[in-house]
Amino acid sequence: MAVEMLSYIDRQSPIHRLTGVTKLICFLIWSSIAMLTYDTRILVFLFLFSICVFIVSKVKLKEVAFVLLFILLFLMINNLAIYVFSPQEGVKIYGTSHVLFEISERYTITLEQLFYQLNVTLKYFTVIPAAILFIVTTNPSEFAASLNRIGISYRISYSVALALRYIPDIQRDFRNISMSQQARGIDMSRKEKLPKRIKNAASIIVPLILSSLDKIEVISNAMELRGFGKNKKRTWYRARPFQKIDVLTLILFAFILLVSLYVTFVDGNRFYNPFL
Amino acid sequence: MKRNQLSIKTIVAIGIGSAVFVILGRFASIPTGVPNTNFDTSYGFLALMAVVFGPIAGGLIGLIGHALKDAIFYGTPWWSWVVVSGFVGFLIGLVAKKINIESGIFNIKKIILFNVIQIVAQAIGWFLIAPSLDVLIYAEPANKVYLQGIVAGGLNMVTVAVLGTLLLAIYAKSRSQSGSLIKED
Repeated sequence: MAVEMLSYIDRQSPIHRLTGVTKLICFLIWSSIAMLTYDTRILVFLFLFSICVFIVSKVKLKEVAFVLLFILLFLMINNLAIYVFSPQEGVKIYGTSHVLFEISERYTITLEQLFYQLNVTLKYFTVIPAAILFIVTTNPSEFAASLNRIGISYRISYSVALALRYIPDIQRDFRNISMSQQARGIDMSRKEKLPKRIKNAASIIVPLILSSLDKIEVISNAMELRGFGKNKKRTWYRARPFQKIDVLTLILFAFILLVSLYVTFVDGNRFYNPFL
Repeated sequence: MKRNQLSIKTIVAIGIGSAVFVILGRFASIPTGVPNTNFDTSYGFLALMAVVFGPIAGGLIGLIGHALKDAIFYGTPWWSWVVVSGFVGFLIGLVAKKINIESGIFNIKKIILFNVIQIVAQAIGWFLIAPSLDVLIYAEPANKVYLQGIVAGGLNMVTVAVLGTLLLAIYAKSRSQSGSLIKED
């Protein structure tokens, strides 16, 4: 069960050199823009921009290909589902109907629908490179420090740090338990029927949860002994001071945010309509 | 330590809980066929943690766990559903005091209370909030996202009803009941 997951990739690049706080704020700005706008021009610009940043970061496509493939598959299914459930959504949004060709009355293919689905796909394409980059270029410990820096209480930031620290451990526990249960003849794979499969899943989940509850006990005792949470503030080993490049990046992103919001909402509608 | 701050145990529970949520959500969920919806065992676990550690822990485990799971396995968090996971965990956690699982008693009355609250919480979350946010943020067709919400929500209700209740019963059994010690003569 060697399932790959995204994790920090240590490398020397301008993106890696940015502090975690800068990257976190930029990522939040980026996803807010992508969530708010449906303006094709903005989306295309953001997409191209994030490709450039990706190249600068020196992260190889090969290293994140598994996740990209998965997302492409998901997007394809999602697009199909949108078409099946609402083949005239685009017509509804853009208010015109340019018929390309007819399959049946309901499933007539229109230019508007294709354009709408292109926009849906673009919306994902703008966020995905940014999100992946944020994950692979930010050191997990620095990430927790950054959360604290942008105003989240250090207790909650520390929980996030704990979660990131223990995901690999719990994954290993899960694998061990699942292997030993399989050795006893309990099958969780596709070959088993659904109700049986769920019952078998429980026989892995219960030991995993009980051992995790024990872990909580042990870790909280250790933290208690070290006096965690005694003071109002805490310092972070991984926190780094701002450099000039951080300030410049933040200004650039704030600028992009303002421009995108202006372009998107200046005509009172978040869709860009080329059909008018 | 002041009362309104999170206790160390809650902080650790949030951290480890989120990690377990991530792993269960990724490895112990069984796809249903409708895109983006799974028979997701992690919600049974979320319900357990919410009842044991309270609403704040429940809400944050849902929020952090779901966001991390989406981020490290699927590349990007799907915010509208992440928010709902947090909401469901928080709402189920509200009955933590009433159920008082540490007492070691988990009788029929408490089972019914737990299941009523989980069904109400998930109905609001998956049938209403998640699809509405999808329409608002991603402008996806309403009938598609509401169907996704109903399938996912329904499955999650069943998961929590079966697995959540089972886990709570097991957890309650592992607590020592008050008055369980008998003085020997």
